[in-house]
Amino acid sequence: MLNDSSRYKEILVKGIWTENPVAYQVLGICSALAVTVKMSTAIVMSLALTLVTAFSSMIISSMRKKIPSNIRIIAELAVIASLVIVTDEILKAFFYDISKQLSIFVGLIITNCIVLGRAEAFALANNPVDSFVDGIANGLGYSLILIAVAFLRELLGTGQFFGFSVIPNCIYDIGYQNMGLMVLAPGAFFIIGLLVWLKNSLSGISHEKR
Amino acid sequence: MGDLFSLFINSVFIGNILLAYFLGMCSFIAVSKNIETATGLGFAVIFVLTITSPVNWLIYHGLLAPGALSWAGFPDIDLSFLKYITFIAVIAALVQAVEMIIDKYSPLLYASLGVFLPLIAVNCAILGTSLFVVERNYTFIESIIFGAGSGTGWLLAIVSMAAITKKLSYADVPKGLEGFGITMIVAGLMAMTFMMFSGITL
Repeated sequence: MLNDSSRYKEILVKGIWTENPVAYQVLGICSALAVTVKMSTAIVMSLALTLVTAFSSMIISSMRKKIPSNIRIIAELAVIASLVIVTDEILKAFFYDISKQLSIFVGLIITNCIVLGRAEAFALANNPVDSFVDGIANGLGYSLILIAVAFLRELLGTGQFFGFSVIPNCIYDIGYQNMGLMVLAPGAFFIIGLLVWLKNSLSGISHEKR
Repeated sequence: MGDLFSLFINSVFIGNILLAYFLGMCSFIAVSKNIETATGLGFAVIFVLTITSPVNWLIYHGLLAPGALSWAGFPDIDLSFLKYITFIAVIAALVQAVEMIIDKYSPLLYASLGVFLPLIAVNCAILGTSLFVVERNYTFIESIIFGAGSGTGWLLAIVSMAAITKKLSYADVPKGLEGFGITMIVAGLMAMTFMMFSGITL
């Protein structure tokens, strides 16, 4: 049995990099793409998802011996949905503009496969503290991809970073143009495909055989 | 009538729920390897969407919307914050009910759709459509049309994806891009194709 700190470290590394929920397990990309046109929405979304995953894993894990297995999905959904409602109300109260831009995608955290997936795969078999760390790790892994995609889309699509223009005018003068495609839906697909390629070449993960 | 038709075409092509709003990606990636499975799941999604979207409309406008409870003497109550938990419960319950009804009355249909129905309860496209209906203030009839249109768009996208994936298995894809990576690139190209329809007005 590993001691606590190295076990947490292992869970974190797994969640963020080696078994990254978006790139490796192909979970949760439903919402990952729609909110990545701008950095600010992506960061708020990441934060919301990380907190919801962490707390739902913790709560579900502390109830795991009480939930009958045949109604566990409904019980898990009830926990997750309650947390999402709280998150949504907080966003509406303090970040009204961003919550309008995120529109239905905060609500869709409920059906985000990462949250339910971690509850099913990890929280039901581990203690609450481990589950909390696992939730944080997977949330951060999701955030990593989301923020990377948002960074590229905002930079290439509008030449901005957090809403400030970062590409100097002299580059536009010599003929550089913003890539309008990046702001539209296909841009998100291309960027995430290329990022997955990059990640696979970096870490040497074993590929699924055809 | 023309408006409704235009809404339908719009939700199938231009505002395709999968390729323009990225809803229902999880099952899209998981089952897009086999055309029969993809078709079965696609029809199940149309079926469930056409039922859940108007039912959720009725529940939202009859119980949850601000002022909806005035018939019961509570004109000031705004329960709209409960929409997430209500919608997901309605969807899960309806999917379960539909599954049991099909099982009882049409074993043939059950054999082809049955296995997919439980999967659908947690498909983002279903909840997303109900939430869009509220967000965009559709009427009751529009909510039915929008549900059916979104489902049809999803079916189109997933079946063509499955067909492309099948062809791709003969292609020489770079090693790191195999599987998920190439699926996303193909989805991007499909999204571009679907955007072509955006110039059309009816």
